[in-house]
Amino acid sequence: MDVGPVDCDIHPNVPETHVLMPFLSDYWREQITTRAIDGLDLNTYPPKTPLYARKDWRPEKAKAASTLELLRTQALDRFNPRFAICNIVYGAQAVFNGDLSAALCSAVNDWIIQEWLNKDARLRASIIVPFNDPELAVDEIEKRAGDHRFVQVMLLTGSEMPLGRRQFWPIYRAAERHGLPIGIHAGATARHASTYTGWPSHYIEEYSAQAQSFQGQLLSLIYEGVFVKFPALKVVLIESGVTWLPSFTSRADHTWRALRAEVPWLDRAPSQFVRDHIRLTTQPFDAPEDGATVRRIIDLLDSDSMLLFASDYPHWQFDGDDALPPGISDELARKIMVDNPLATYPRLRELAQ
Amino acid sequence: MNVQVRGAKSAEGAQRLGVIDCDIHPVMRSPGDLKKYLSPKWHDHLDTYGSFHRQPFVQGDIYPRAAPYLSRRDAMPPNGGPPGSDLEFMRAQLLDLHNIEVGVLQVLGGGTHQRNIDYGAAICSAINNWQVAEWISHDERLRGSISITQEYPEAAVAEIRKHGPDKRFVQIGMNQRSLEPAGRRRYWPIYEAAVEFDLSLGIHTGGYNGHAPVPGGGWPSYYAEQHHLINVCQQNVLSSMVMEGVFEQFPTLRVVLVEGGFTWAPALTWRLDKLWKKLRSEVPRLTRPPSDYIRQHIWFTTQPVDDMGSPERLREICDLVGWDRLCFSSDYPHWDFDDPRYAFTFRLSESEKLAIFNRNARQAYNLQ
Amino acid sequence: MTTTKHVVATIEEVPPGQHKKVHVKGRDIALFNLNGEFYALGDKCPHEAGSLCTGKVVGLAISKEPGDYQLVRPGEFVKCPWHGWEFDIRTGQSYCDPQKTRVRMYESHVENGDELAKGPYVAETFKVSVDQQYVVIEL
Repeated sequence: MDVGPVDCDIHPNVPETHVLMPFLSDYWREQITTRAIDGLDLNTYPPKTPLYARKDWRPEKAKAASTLELLRTQALDRFNPRFAICNIVYGAQAVFNGDLSAALCSAVNDWIIQEWLNKDARLRASIIVPFNDPELAVDEIEKRAGDHRFVQVMLLTGSEMPLGRRQFWPIYRAAERHGLPIGIHAGATARHASTYTGWPSHYIEEYSAQAQSFQGQLLSLIYEGVFVKFPALKVVLIESGVTWLPSFTSRADHTWRALRAEVPWLDRAPSQFVRDHIRLTTQPFDAPEDGATVRRIIDLLDSDSMLLFASDYPHWQFDGDDALPPGISDELARKIMVDNPLATYPRLRELAQ
Repeated sequence: MNVQVRGAKSAEGAQRLGVIDCDIHPVMRSPGDLKKYLSPKWHDHLDTYGSFHRQPFVQGDIYPRAAPYLSRRDAMPPNGGPPGSDLEFMRAQLLDLHNIEVGVLQVLGGGTHQRNIDYGAAICSAINNWQVAEWISHDERLRGSISITQEYPEAAVAEIRKHGPDKRFVQIGMNQRSLEPAGRRRYWPIYEAAVEFDLSLGIHTGGYNGHAPVPGGGWPSYYAEQHHLINVCQQNVLSSMVMEGVFEQFPTLRVVLVEGGFTWAPALTWRLDKLWKKLRSEVPRLTRPPSDYIRQHIWFTTQPVDDMGSPERLREICDLVGWDRLCFSSDYPHWDFDDPRYAFTFRLSESEKLAIFNRNARQAYNLQ
Repeated sequence: MTTTKHVVATIEEVPPGQHKKVHVKGRDIALFNLNGEFYALGDKCPHEAGSLCTGKVVGLAISKEPGDYQLVRPGEFVKCPWHGWEFDIRTGQSYCDPQKTRVRMYESHVENGDELAKGPYVAETFKVSVDQQYVVIEL
C-alpha cells in the first residue's frame, strides 16, 4: 500500500467552553451557566506561553489551532499527511467531578466529529476519556468505538493513580478489544505535585517534568503487568520526548534482574516489553540539532519500529518545515512516517486500504 | 418564620451600633489593572505566563464554584467591572446600608500562592500599593491587609516592614493552605514581624498548595465537599500553630481565622486538651493546655454562620467558643455573604451584639 | 380582611420565562411568568432577605441514583442570588425545607382592561386601557 505520511500528533484546540454547549445535556448546560464553569485550559499548556504555538502559527485574536482553516493552511497543506491524528489536550479530562469530566469529554468527542472529522477526510482523532474514573471512561470508549475515525484512546500522563494500577485495566481491556492503542499524552491533572520533590516554580520546569512523569508511568505499566494481561495492547507515548528512553530501559532491565521475584509475572525484560508495546511520537525528540547524535540515540533504541512521526502542531517544537529530527535516512523516515503508524493504528490500516 | 423576625430585630441594634466587618473582598476592575502597580520588569511575565498555581487549570477553579465570580448575583456593579471592584457600589450595597464602621479588606488570590515566588512577591507588593491607592485612601472606614507570599518569608517580611507602619493596615493576610502546616518554623519570621508591628494575622480560606482537600485521603469530586472542607483545613491550621509552639514563641500574637467557621472549635479544643494530657511529653514546649492558647490568641470571623439546626444550639456553641472570640464578617460580595441583620438566628443581648459586631474585632485588630 | 386589586404590569411586560420586581403596598414582590401563568412571590428570601428577582431561574435537578442527572420542570424554580436556595415559583416552597421555609405567595391573575375599568383598582405607575390585559395582585 502506498500512502502519505501520518502525523500522529496534532492539536486542534477547544476555543472556549461554550462551543461544547450543544453537546451537553440540559442539566450540565444549566450547571455551566449557573456556576460560570469555564477556563479549563490545562496549566501544562497555557495558551499564551511560547511553547503553546509557534509564532507563525499564532493567530492575532483566536486561540492557536482553534479553527479548521488554521489547521489546513498551517499544517495539513504544509506537511501534506495522508492522515493526521487530532489529540485534544483540554481540561475536560482533569475535572474532579467524574460525571462532569465524562460529560465534557463526550462533548469534546462530539465536537471533534462535527467540527473536524466531518469536515476534512484527512483527520482522525483520539477518544478523550475521563480516565481517572475508568468505568466512565469505558462507557465513552464503547460509545465511540463504532466510528473508525477514532483511532486511539487518549489519557494524560498526570493521573490520580499510576496508570498501571488494576483500576485502569477496564480501559485497557476495552481498548484492546476494539483495536485501539492507548495514547498517553503529556498533561497534568494536578492530583499530585508534578515532580517527585514537589511543585516546581516555573512553567519551563513543569513542562520539562512531563518527561519524568512519562518514565514513572511507563514503569508502572510494565511492572503492574498490563502488557502481560493485554498482549495485543499498544501504548503510544505522545509528546513525551524520546532520548530518555535508552537510559530508562537499561536501568529497568538492571533492576528487573535483581528484583524480578517481586513481579514474577514479567516473563521478559522490561526493555522487551518496551520494544513490543511502546511507541513514541517524534516531537519533541530532545536531542541536539545534529544528525549524528540523533542516529546514535535511535541505534540505542534497538528498534526501528517504535517511532511515530508527529509535527505536534501548533506547539513550538521546531522551526521551518522539517518536522523530523535531522540525520534520519530516507528508509527510516518512511518507516517513521508511514509504516510504523500504520502498524500501530489498525484503524488507519483498514481505511488506507 | 419566627426566626427571621427575631433576627431582624437583633440586627437593628447591630446597625445602630456600627458594625465592624472583618471580611470584605475588593477586586481589580480587570486583571490588567495590576500592571499599574506591578513593577514593569514583570509585565511581560504577566502577559506571557500569568498566574501559575498548583492546580490543573490555567484559569478555572479546581472546583467550579457556585456562582459567577464566586459572588452574589446582585453584586455586579451597575457601572461595569466584576463584583467588589467598584467602591461607590460597595458603599451603597454594604458600607452605608449596613452602617459599617470599619471594614477589613481581604484580597484573595494574587501573589500568595504563585509557584514562582519572585513573581508572587511582586504581585503582593502591587496589591498592597493598589489597596492604598484605590481603597483605604478613599474611604476611611476601610482597612487593609498586607498581602504576602507566605512561602517566601523574606519577601513577606520586607512587605510587612514596608506597610506595617501605616496604621490603616491592620493585619497580615495569610492563606490557610500553606505548603507546610502553619505552625512550622519556616513561617515564624512572618509571625515575628506581625508581633513587631502589632499586626494581627488573618488566615483566610482558599489557595493552592497542591494538597488534597480530604486530609490524608485525596481529592473529592464536588465543590460541595471542598466548600465544607475549608473548615476542616482551618482545624488543621489551628492544631499546627498550637502544637508547634507558635504561641509560646510569640505570646502576643493575635490570629484571626477568617471564613473557616467557628462551630467546630469546641470539639477540636476538647480533643487537643485531652490528647495533651496524655502526650504532653512529646511537645514539652507547651506550658498550658491547648485550650488556653486558643482562648487567648484566636478569633473567629462568623461568616458563614452555621445555624446548628436551631437558635438555641447556635447560642450554646457561641457560649462554648466564647463571646469574646467571634467577629462579624460579611464576606461581601461573595455568594455566601452574611447580612448582619440576619446572620444570627437568635436574639442577641445588647452586650453580645456589642461584642460580636464591634468590640471583639477591635481587640483582634487592636483598633483604636 | 379586605383586599384591593393592584394592577402591576401589562402581560407584555413580563413575557413567558421572564420576571419583574413590582411594588405593592410598600412590599417588593417578584412577579414570574411561567408559560403564560403568573405567580407573585415576596421578593425577599426568607433566609437572609436576598432579592429573589436578581436570582437565577432554573430547573430542578433530580436523580435516581448517584451519577444520574435529570433536569425537570425547567424554568420553574428561582435560586436566591445569595446562598442559592431554590424556591418553587408555583408554591413559594423551599426545595430543601418545603414545610418550614417558604416565600410568601400573593394572589395574582390576569384581567382584561375593560373588566378592570369597572373598578375598584389601584394602578400607580400607568393608565389602564380597555383593550389591554393586565396582571393584577390582590393585597
